[in-house]
Amino acid sequence: MAARRISSLLTRSLSASSSASASLLSSLGTNSCRNGSIKRCSTAAALEELIFPPVQISYTQNLIDGKFVDAASGKTFPTYDPRTGEVIARVAEGDAEDINRAVAAARKAFDEGPWPKMSPYERSRILLRFADLVEKHSEELAALETWNNGKPHEQAAKSELPLLIRLFHYYAGWADKIHGLTVPADGPHHVQTLHEPIGVAGQIIPWNFPLIMFAWKVGPALACGNTIVLKTAEQTPLTALYVAKLFHEAGLPPGVLNVVSGYGPTAGAALAGHMDVDKVAFTGSTDTGKIVLELAAKSNLKPVTLELGGKSPFIVCEDADIDKAVELAHFALFFNQGQCCCAGSRTFVHERVYDEFLEKAKARALKRVVGDPFKKGVEQGPQIDSEQFEKVLRYIRSGIESNATLECGGDRLGTRGYFIQPTVFSNVTDDMLIAKDEIFGPVQSILKFKDLDEVIRRANATRYGLAAGVFTQNMDTANTLTRALRTGTVWVNCFDVFDAAIPFGGYKMSGIGREKGIYSLHNYLQVKAVVTPLKNPAWL
Amino acid sequence: MAAASRISRLLSRSLASSSSSSALLSKGRISGVGRVVSCYSTTAAAAVDNPSTPSVKVNYTQLLINGNFVDSASGKTFPTLDPRTGDVIAHVAEGDAEDINRAVSAARKAFDEGPWPKMTAYERSMVLFRFADLIDKHTEELATLETWDNGKTYEQAAKIELPMISRLIRYYAGWADKIHGLTVPADSPHLVQTIHEPIGVAGQIIPWNFPLLMFAWKVGPALACGNTIVLKTAEQTPLSALYVAKLLHEAGLPPGVLNVVSGFGPTAGAALASHMEVDKLAFTGSTQTGKVVLELAAKSNLKPVTLELGGKSPFIVCKDADVDKAVELAHFALFFNQGQCCCAGSRTYVHENVYDEFLEKAKARALKRSVGDPFMAGIEQGPQIDSEQFEKILRYIRSGVDSGATLETGGERIGSRGYYIQPTVFSNVKEDMLIAKDEIFGPVQSILKFKDIDEVIRRANTSTYGLAAGVFTQDIDTANTLTRALKVGTVWVNCYDVFDAAIPFGGYKMSGQGREKGIHCLSNYLQVKAIVTSLKNPTWI
Repeated sequence: MAARRISSLLTRSLSASSSASASLLSSLGTNSCRNGSIKRCSTAAALEELIFPPVQISYTQNLIDGKFVDAASGKTFPTYDPRTGEVIARVAEGDAEDINRAVAAARKAFDEGPWPKMSPYERSRILLRFADLVEKHSEELAALETWNNGKPHEQAAKSELPLLIRLFHYYAGWADKIHGLTVPADGPHHVQTLHEPIGVAGQIIPWNFPLIMFAWKVGPALACGNTIVLKTAEQTPLTALYVAKLFHEAGLPPGVLNVVSGYGPTAGAALAGHMDVDKVAFTGSTDTGKIVLELAAKSNLKPVTLELGGKSPFIVCEDADIDKAVELAHFALFFNQGQCCCAGSRTFVHERVYDEFLEKAKARALKRVVGDPFKKGVEQGPQIDSEQFEKVLRYIRSGIESNATLECGGDRLGTRGYFIQPTVFSNVTDDMLIAKDEIFGPVQSILKFKDLDEVIRRANATRYGLAAGVFTQNMDTANTLTRALRTGTVWVNCFDVFDAAIPFGGYKMSGIGREKGIYSLHNYLQVKAVVTPLKNPAWL
Repeated sequence: MAAASRISRLLSRSLASSSSSSALLSKGRISGVGRVVSCYSTTAAAAVDNPSTPSVKVNYTQLLINGNFVDSASGKTFPTLDPRTGDVIAHVAEGDAEDINRAVSAARKAFDEGPWPKMTAYERSMVLFRFADLIDKHTEELATLETWDNGKTYEQAAKIELPMISRLIRYYAGWADKIHGLTVPADSPHLVQTIHEPIGVAGQIIPWNFPLLMFAWKVGPALACGNTIVLKTAEQTPLSALYVAKLLHEAGLPPGVLNVVSGFGPTAGAALASHMEVDKLAFTGSTQTGKVVLELAAKSNLKPVTLELGGKSPFIVCKDADVDKAVELAHFALFFNQGQCCCAGSRTYVHENVYDEFLEKAKARALKRSVGDPFMAGIEQGPQIDSEQFEKILRYIRSGVDSGATLETGGERIGSRGYYIQPTVFSNVKEDMLIAKDEIFGPVQSILKFKDIDEVIRRANTSTYGLAAGVFTQDIDTANTLTRALKVGTVWVNCYDVFDAAIPFGGYKMSGQGREKGIHCLSNYLQVKAIVTSLKNPTWI
C-alpha cells in the first residue's frame, strides 16, 4: 500500500481531476494560490522564515562492529541544511582506515557468523522487526531526511518512509524463499545448485533518496545472508546512521551492517578497491560508476552492480489526453526537485498536440509551489547543495545560449539556500547539452516529434537507458514503444511507480544489473554447482 | 545426449568396475603392452619426433564478417602452428581494430535491422538444431582440425568434445523458445510485466584450450537469446571456429549475426572489449587478461562483462577414500587435456592417513601415462599448446624443485620437437610455494598433506581463485561440510570434470564473474525490461 503512494497520488489526481478529492500533488498548487501562505516560484518571501525541524541529531559517528565510533583520524565534516547552507551537525569522516576496520568487522561477521549461520527465518524476523521500528520512528526519520536533503516533508513522511517499510517487508519475505535448483543431468549424476551469500558487500549510496537507497541496497544483501559495509553520501549521512541503529535494536548482530560516512575519493574508493570485499553495489553518476568498476577490476574482480545516470524520454503521443499528460510529464521531471536518476528529462511531444501541451506545461510549472520543505503544501524544496545548484544554473544558461526557448523559470529563488525556479524549455533539439546531459534539477526540456519511428530513434540516441514514459491510449503504439525503447523500465500512462517487486536498472551506460524484485537477489548470491555420481539410479 | 557425460562417464565407469576397460584408463595399458606408443619414461622421442600427417584440408583462414570470408583490412596474416612440431599449419588473416570495427558494424546492423532478433524464437532454435546436425556430420574433419591446431588427443576431440558441442547447441536451441519474462505482483493498480530482451551485440573472446567447446559455451546462449556476435578466437587456435561458423551459415544463420575475427589480444581483443557499439562482453582466459578486459569495458561504455578465468582448484582426498579410485580421479582431474584446464585439480590434498599409499600410486599412475602424437590411438597426452606455455611450465617445475618440493617423477620435456612435457608429480608441496599458488596450466600435479577437515577447508580456500573443487569421500557429513564451505563455483563429489549442458560453471573470487551453461547463463545475454501500465478498475491486483 505504502509503496504506491508516489504514483497513486498522481493517478488519483489524473483520473478525477474535476472531482473534489484532492490529490496531494495537484492540490498543493491550488492551495498555495488561494491562501498565499506559501509562494509560488515567482516570489521568494516564504523562504525567509523557516520551520525548525522537530528532531534531534543523535548519531554522527561511524557505526562499526555494532558500535558508534569516531573516525580513525578523529576528523569530522559538516553536513548542511540545503534550505540555508548552514551546518546541521559535524559527522565523523571515514577514510581508508575506517573502511578497513569496517570490512574487518563485516568479514568476521560473515566468516565466523552468526549471521550467515542463522536460519533464513531468523534473519527474516530481524528484518521484520526492523520494519516495525522504522514505522515507530517514522516522524523523526522523515524530519531528519527533509532537514538533511531538502525534500518536502510530506513526501518523506507519506511516500518514502512507508515505502522504506514496505521494501523491508518485501525482502524479509524473500529470506526464506531463496531456492537452488536440482538440475537434469546427462549422465548418472545428482546435480544441484546452491545459492550462497556472496560475502562482504560494499554498498555506496547517493544523496537523492538516502533512506530508499538504503533499503534497495541493504534489504536484499541482508535477506541473502551477506554482511555489509555501507558508505553514505557525504551530503546526507544522518538518516542511515539512525536506521542502522534501529537495525541493531531489532537484533542484527554486530558487524553485519557497518555504516561509514565520508567522501567518494577516500572512503568510497577504499571500499571499491578493497581486496576483502566480495561485491560492490553503487548508485550514483555514470562517471563515478566507471571509476568504481575500474577499481573493482584492478583489485579483486569483485562483481559490481551499478545504478547510474539517465536522460529518460517521456513520450506524449498524438492521442494523449493533454491535461493528464501535462501533469504526468511535470511529475516525471520535477519530482524530488528533479533529482531522480530516472527523471523524465526529455519530454517528447507529438507535433499535433505540442502547442497546447507547451502552454499547459508552462502554466503547471508556474503553479509549482516552491518553499520551505517543512511547510505543508510545498511541492519543491531546495536542491541538495551549492555544487548541484550551480551546475543546474549552468545548464539553464547553456540552454539559453544554445537557443532553446526559456518558457518560464531560469533563476534561483530567494537569497538563501539552493532553491531554483521550476524551469521549462521549449524548442529543444537533440544536440543541445540540456537534451543530452543529466541535469538533475527542475529543468524540463520539451521536444517536438512527428512520427513513432522518429521518436524511437531519437529517444534511443543517448548513452543512457534507464527509463521511459509513454503516454497513449493506443495499444499498438504502446506495444511498439515498449519493445523498441532501450531502457530498463517503461512506464505506460504512469511514471515513477516503484513497487518493491518491479525490477529497476539500466540499459547501456545507465548501469549494470537490476535492483528490487526477484532479480535483485542475484546481485547478492553466488551459484555453486554440486555434482555427485549416482549408483544404479532409479531414474535420470 | 550421452556425449556430454562422456568425459566423466568414461572415468566413472572405469572406477566402478576397474577390471572393465575404459577408454581413458585403457590407454595407459595399451601403450604399456603394445608399445605402439611409448610411456614418457622410455625413450619416446621416436614417437613424438615423427608425427603423422592429418587427413584434413585447411579451407578457412580468412575472417568471417557479415557472412563472407574476407582478408584482414591490413592484408596481414599470422601463422598458426602444429604443437607437435612447432611447424606452420596455415597462415590466417590477422584481425585488428579495423576488422573489429567492420565486424561490429555488421553485427550492429544484423541486430538493429534484423532479421535475427525479429525472427521467432522457434525459427532461431531451428537454425541451431540444424547447426548441431551439421556438426555431427563433420565430426571427423572438425576433430582432426582441433587436434592438429591444439595438440589434444584425437580420441578426446572426436569422441568426447565434438559430441558435447552438438549436445550443447541442442541444449541452447531448446532454450530459445523458453525465455519467459514475468508478470509481477504490484502494490497498486498497475499491470507489471518484465520482458527479457536480447542485449544486442555481444563481443566474445575465447581461449585455445577447448576451442570448439568454448565456441559452444559462448555462441550457443548468445544466439538462443537473439543477440548478434563478434567472436575473437585465440591466436593459437583460429581454425576450427572458422569451420563451424561456416556450418552455422549453412544451417541458415543470416549474415552478420556471427562474425569471427582471428587475431591477438592486445589488438583485436582490446578493440572488441573497449568498443562503444558492443553491448556485452564475455571473456574466457587468464585472470590477468580478465582484469584488463573489465577495465576496458569500464573505461568505454560500461558493457556488462562475464569472466571465466583461472583456477587453482583443490582436489581433496579424505581419509575414508578408496585410494585406487582417488588416485585415478585425481590424476584425471589434473592431467586431462595436458593439464590445460582452468578447473584442473591442481592442488591434490591428501589426508595423512592415506598420504603415503596415495603418493606411491599417483606416481606410478603418472609414470604409466602415455604421451605421444595425439593422432595415435591410445595416447593420453599430447603436446602443450605452444613454446610460451611449454617454457612457462618448465619454469614452474624448476621453481617447484628450487622451493624444496620433492619431484617424484617427470620434470623434463619429451623428445626434441614440439612441446611435449613428462607427466610430473611433486610431493611435500606447501601452500607458500609458487607451484601451489599459481595456475601452471600443464601436466604438473602438486600433492599436499592434511590432517583434519577444518584445516583443509582453510587451506583450500586460501587462494585468490575459486573455480572448482573435487571432494573424494564416502562420508555424507564430510561431503556436505566441504561442499558448503569451499568457496568455489563447482564442487564435484566423487567425480570430476562433469560438464553436462545444464550444470552452471563459473568462479567465485578472482576466478570470474557470472555463470556459463545451464539456465544461469541466459541472464548474461538478456536485458530485463520492466513495463508498468496503469490499470483502470481492475478486478484484482
